[in-house]
Amino acid sequence: MTTATTALPIAVDQQYEIAHLKLVPKRHVGRMIAATVVLALLAALVRAFSVGQIEWSYVSQFLFSPAILAGLYNTLVMTVAAMTLGIVLGVVIAIMRISGNPVLSSIAIGYVWVFRGAPALLQLMLWFNLALIFPTMGIPGLFEFRTVDIMTPFVAAVLGLGISQGAYTSEVVRSGLLSVDSGQYEAARTIGMTQMKMLRRIVLPQAMRVMVPPIGNEVIGMVKLTSLASVIQYSEILHNAQIIYFANTRVLELLLVASFWYLFVVSLLSVGQHYIERYFGRGSKSIRSAV
Amino acid sequence: MSKNILVKAIDVTKNYGHFCALDKVSLEVTRGEVCCIIGPSGSGKSTLLRCINLLERMDGGGIWVNDELVGYRREGDNLYQISDVEISRQRRRIGMVFQRFNLFPHMTALENVIEGPVHVLGEQVKDAEERGRTLLERVGLAEKANHYPSELSGGQQQRVAIARAMGMRPNLILFDEPTSALDPELVSEVLDVMKDLAASGMTMIVVTHELGFARNVANTVAFMEAGKMVEFGLASEVLSAPKSARTAEFIKAVHS
Repeated sequence: MTTATTALPIAVDQQYEIAHLKLVPKRHVGRMIAATVVLALLAALVRAFSVGQIEWSYVSQFLFSPAILAGLYNTLVMTVAAMTLGIVLGVVIAIMRISGNPVLSSIAIGYVWVFRGAPALLQLMLWFNLALIFPTMGIPGLFEFRTVDIMTPFVAAVLGLGISQGAYTSEVVRSGLLSVDSGQYEAARTIGMTQMKMLRRIVLPQAMRVMVPPIGNEVIGMVKLTSLASVIQYSEILHNAQIIYFANTRVLELLLVASFWYLFVVSLLSVGQHYIERYFGRGSKSIRSAV
Repeated sequence: MSKNILVKAIDVTKNYGHFCALDKVSLEVTRGEVCCIIGPSGSGKSTLLRCINLLERMDGGGIWVNDELVGYRREGDNLYQISDVEISRQRRRIGMVFQRFNLFPHMTALENVIEGPVHVLGEQVKDAEERGRTLLERVGLAEKANHYPSELSGGQQQRVAIARAMGMRPNLILFDEPTSALDPELVSEVLDVMKDLAASGMTMIVVTHELGFARNVANTVAFMEAGKMVEFGLASEVLSAPKSARTAEFIKAVHS
């Protein structure tokens, strides 16, 4: 072999000498044109807003006004309350769905069918107007109250949003439970765990890894979905913005104020989701290498 | 029943639809002994093992562990299925090691070992951790206590799984093909831990294809095929001078 290579020296012709040449990267002409067009359109949009009849002073005046901040607070309270109800119902319905009892699993399927099938706005209005068909509620002989007293905008909105959310979340929880290997269930049983302890200690923590991204998505969706409650007079941020612009007719300015706060809250939640995902991804290689 | 018998299975039968996985299988394991169950794939070895700790429910026959009927309560002429909570209680003293390890991936090695002692037996975390470290040291993994399963090799994961089973202070450990999912060079480290365990007097039932392990460690060997117990006896007799022609054939095939 060695003799062969020495016998055949590679002739370094000038044609093959490229080390000294300058490397010119490929030019993406199409991309540059597209970027220019998009930037031009964006500039036009910014200009349109700057010459538009927007009184920016109103935006800054109302951004931190007590009514708007109270609305923001109510939006957050509604998000937490409805989402909590949604997650609790979601977990219960998902566990009922995978249970061996045909009655429980059928009820779970029926729940998802009904509450995923009707628009959230319609459900909200159904709860709010429940007094029309049930003037009083309670257990006969024990206690009774007038439905209008109990079905405040807040309660109706929590029930309407939370119950319909439960239908979606139950599917997320179910896919999370199905993602856990059957060997994990067996290992938990062999160390003597009861069904509930197994779910709580072994199955749900692992299912969370799969469930957190879509549930984070749903929380962000819920922040915005709470605006539906303005229709039944719940004082969330959009409702309060509307009340102000009905008085001062600065419609767009106040809608911009409301959008600012929605965007702000959603941005905070996105950051929070990142950390929650990292926590539940512990022990998982793919997540760790990404962090 | 003799005082020294820990596990007694009588005429255990299990059907999956029309398929008969176990056909009147009987087995007896004496306290402190190692019983290896060998046989071709699909012969019902694992199913029998899983009936002992109720991961599968049998359709006929009975299994007694420590003179306690597994899964049922006898009252007069009736056998009542016991509650889930009772089943969990019965499983506590029966450890199990799986082919695919089944460690809890969201817990470190040490957390895996103390999970049962703390959350099932109600031991103090501090005591359980101390004992957990001793157990990990015993399987040669003291320095891996804070590693997650995904950071361990297959052999290391299986040794943690053995430590986890021991954490429950079992009087019986079931091994379901503990080395079948391992790279060949990792098999011996797991078998060595099992040998130590056997030497310490732990009662073990091992479903395995490792005839060398059976020859060296087992007291008794059971050969199963097609859901039937073909041959059951002292390890030296079954492996060296099998009575059944089918057993002899199987042993010869595995060795060649």
